[in-house]
Amino acid sequence: MEVSHKVVLHFPPTATGQPVVYRLSREYGLVFNILRASITPQEEGLMVLELSGEEADYRRATDYLQEMGIQIQPLVHDLRKDEDRCTDCGACVGVCPTQALVLERPSMRVVFDPEECVVCGECVPCCPVGAMELQF
Amino acid sequence: MPKTLEEINEKIRKGDVVVVTAEEMVEVVAEKGAKAAAESIDVVTTGTFGPMCSSGVMVNLGHSRPRIKLGGGQARLNRVPAYAGIAAVDLYLGATALPDEDPRNAVFPGEFRYGGGHVIEDLVAGRRVLLEATAYGTDCYPRREVSTWLTLEDLNEAYLLNPRNAYQNYNVAVNSSERTIYTYMGTLQPRLGSANYCSAGQLSPLMNDPHYRTIGLGTRIFLGGGVGYVVWNGTQHSPALERNEKGVPTGGAGTLAVLGDLKLMSDHWLMGASFRGYGATLIVGLGIPIPILDEEIAAQTGVSDADMLAPVVDYSSAYPERKADVIVHVTYADLKSGSIEVGGQTVPATPLSSYRRAREIAETLKGWIGKAEFELTAPVAPLPGADSGQAMGPMPNHPPDPARQTR
Repeated sequence: MEVSHKVVLHFPPTATGQPVVYRLSREYGLVFNILRASITPQEEGLMVLELSGEEADYRRATDYLQEMGIQIQPLVHDLRKDEDRCTDCGACVGVCPTQALVLERPSMRVVFDPEECVVCGECVPCCPVGAMELQF
Repeated sequence: MPKTLEEINEKIRKGDVVVVTAEEMVEVVAEKGAKAAAESIDVVTTGTFGPMCSSGVMVNLGHSRPRIKLGGGQARLNRVPAYAGIAAVDLYLGATALPDEDPRNAVFPGEFRYGGGHVIEDLVAGRRVLLEATAYGTDCYPRREVSTWLTLEDLNEAYLLNPRNAYQNYNVAVNSSERTIYTYMGTLQPRLGSANYCSAGQLSPLMNDPHYRTIGLGTRIFLGGGVGYVVWNGTQHSPALERNEKGVPTGGAGTLAVLGDLKLMSDHWLMGASFRGYGATLIVGLGIPIPILDEEIAAQTGVSDADMLAPVVDYSSAYPERKADVIVHVTYADLKSGSIEVGGQTVPATPLSSYRRAREIAETLKGWIGKAEFELTAPVAPLPGADSGQAMGPMPNHPPDPARQTR
């Protein structure tokens, strides 16, 4: 069965020198789409990517990642909208590239759909009241 | 039959006043016409909730023992400098003030996470704030430095004193350049990739009283969740700006200076804000009730977003260069639909002022009036109107001669 997951990989400093994504593709036959990456040699790194392939391959690939000491986290938990803080102004809507943040009409509420979010992080500094939080 | 303000207040006291929001009034006037609306409706409430940089709080700290005179010295609240050039323990803290150590735009675009607006929010939320001040010492005020935690409750007076709020109308900001720009109108995508606007349109206070017939000096208003007053026209008040056939200005125009007791306000309606690459500010909630004294006022409050025009201005060139160029005018109905047409291009339009909160303010004010908790006031003096000749001029440009160091 084909599966597709958006995941956040947390690289320990020891793993940043490894060709991890290459092996995911080459050895486990997964198709990858990197959504965001911040990897510096000898430092803790972070990568957001979409992985698709056969379920069995995906499971073997995640086992490999865990052996490497790389922590895997589903993507949806990584960006949070503080509903108490949000004023529904709409400033974030214009910078969101995937329409994960939309102004619902006619209520004029700003609605966040984590499923559409690619965690580009654009909305975080653009929110005037700091209602969007990236959680790594 | 025209009504008087006193008749409306009498209805408020008796509990049989009819109040609608400006949004509801659009439908009332469309259905019944302005004449019938003026008969049946007594008050129309308005609201706006957006970043308003020309805001700040005036506080009196109480006297220390021994006494200290901060005038001529320096004072900070949570590291944010406050203006001390007045009497011994009075301070004015402006919304856009920043701690000296804030990196500003040294690494562009700066974040401006904490400034005067945030201190005001902390105060109004009841959180403690650190005062640190230095002075030069005098015979009667010998102390030279002080630092203490304080809360809003500890202050003798704390009132919001905003020199310019509630712009009658406002620009729509676009960016025709090749790079993203960071402005007080938010982050603007290159090549006309976004259009940001910042007015509640048909709910905005001065849009509903475009000729300032009922809003004037002394008008009691909703301010920051409490009660405040219009105390003057706002700075840059430009009533003579061009108007459309409905009498509504097609650009900024009128502004209000407002004042109100911070101790009665809430952090739901006053929020510190950060504009990436631009600075810190305060988001202010403000609403004004309009007494429907006659048919003309009813008609004005019934004007809808479709008949209100905003100018589209390029913030990558025309605005910074202070050129008057307006690319096109668009209606608030277009803006609120989510996209506008600029030079044949469809541009996504997003607001910076919360229309949902503006609605909430108009509803709150409606509730207060309905429960006889809020009566209307007649202005003690009018705001300068379109025929006053008052207009916003540019800054003088007379640099001193560096060879002659005279004053």
